[in-house]
Amino acid sequence: MPEHAVVIELRGVDKSFGRQKVLDQIDIVIPEAKTTVIVGASGQGKSVLLKHMLGLIRADRGEVLVLGRDIARMSNRELRDTRTRFGVLFQGAALLDSITVFDNVALPLRERTRLTESEIRKRVREKLELMNLVDVDEKYPAQLSGGMKKRVGLARALILEPKIVFLDEPTTGLDVKMSKEIYRLIHTTQERLGFTAVIVSHDVPKIFKLADYIALMAASRIQGCLPPVEFQLSDNPYIRDFVQETMGEIYTSGERVT
Amino acid sequence: MENFCERLGENALYHINYAGRLGIFLFLCLTNILAPPYKIRPVIQQIHFIGAKSLFVIVFTGAFTGMVLGLQGYYSLRQFGSESALGSAVALSLIRELGPVLTALMVTGRAGSAICAEIGIMRNSEQIDALECMAIDPYRFLMAPKFLAAFFALPLLTSFFDVVGIFGGFLIGVKLLGVNEGAYFSGMYKSVVWDDIYMGIVKSLCFAVLIVWICAGKGFYLHLERSGGFGAEGVSRATTNAVVLSSVAILVWDYLITAILL
Repeated sequence: MPEHAVVIELRGVDKSFGRQKVLDQIDIVIPEAKTTVIVGASGQGKSVLLKHMLGLIRADRGEVLVLGRDIARMSNRELRDTRTRFGVLFQGAALLDSITVFDNVALPLRERTRLTESEIRKRVREKLELMNLVDVDEKYPAQLSGGMKKRVGLARALILEPKIVFLDEPTTGLDVKMSKEIYRLIHTTQERLGFTAVIVSHDVPKIFKLADYIALMAASRIQGCLPPVEFQLSDNPYIRDFVQETMGEIYTSGERVT
Repeated sequence: MENFCERLGENALYHINYAGRLGIFLFLCLTNILAPPYKIRPVIQQIHFIGAKSLFVIVFTGAFTGMVLGLQGYYSLRQFGSESALGSAVALSLIRELGPVLTALMVTGRAGSAICAEIGIMRNSEQIDALECMAIDPYRFLMAPKFLAAFFALPLLTSFFDVVGIFGGFLIGVKLLGVNEGAYFSGMYKSVVWDDIYMGIVKSLCFAVLIVWICAGKGFYLHLERSGGFGAEGVSRATTNAVVLSSVAILVWDYLITAILL
């Protein structure tokens, strides 16, 4: 890991559900203003790991430090203050299904700022246009396609210009064109806002283009958190297997490496 | 034997844990009722949902309860030659007891079940997690308007129930069975005192808290249900449990509060 300021750090985190151990001695550092992508096969605990960072699940053992403070020891008010810096896109978008798209995106502005309704309207329109969402203001989430829901979720996550963005499977279930569009949106907004991004994804190798660091979850552990090139050349057997399974053989200068 | 004891202990721990969670849930809901920012619109929407939309069923139930009381009361009182006391008997039964209890049971069936299902679905589809991650307090945003609305709606619905029930009794007792109209109302006027009305209001306020607390709490902790709170079946099971538990709690609490206030 480089010498960037640390935004989130997990130290020796364990988590079990019943008799199933999902996280085992997890250590990971999320550096500031960089994109860290957590990859791994289904059911390896990637989303559970993300929920620990968000303070939605408490660790059985270990520490989850967000901006230097243990999230388990924060009071409700401190946790809420910390979360004002978060922008989160859930796997299923988690839009409030009884209010319109416009109201969903406007919700953080209405609840957490003192902006007037006309300012809120302007900002929401801007964000929806940025996400290529036209004429959907008055629609309800159930009337949208999966890709549109994801983009509305992304608009809502970014509306307050957060410092840390968590994206859980941002492109799962989307077609190639839509996936590229989502990656482009994440990339351009990150360049503009300079946020720290934590992305859980299956979309290997495309997600590597977006990543500064890639962490592999396997056997309930983080097997390594490395820059994309080093990740692909890693000696760790889990990482090597993962790279081979998802990307095929790696070649450098005409010679097979793995 | 060892297995039995283990299961018994496990059950006890689960229920103590669950009761503790529901207690904390109630505390957080009540302390967030007056937390800023103050928004009147969600409260009005909930008053419409819990109150106005329950009005028809309350009027209907109130009318028939009053009519049955009129009928039963008349034949019982006639044995003692006290038909003129019918008005007081109907009014006191309704205002002190049947009005608050039956209103609360009807609201539990109509609005309580819907509250549990709504919150449960929000829990299952990560909408409550999303609110928390947006630093929006779900207790203030989701629960406080429901509690405030129930505080307003339940006493009003109970009043409607009482008034309609008294006229239901009047219809049967006076118009059908021939009790003197003056005796029906003057008996009621003499026997119903402020304490009776006070008891009805206190009961309906307590039931308002019970209904929203149990129904919303069951939905809020759907993911912690031991029988599995996932999917449509999980929501339906939690909703059924919420209605049953809430109805039982209303009847038990009714006894306790009657014993305290008498």
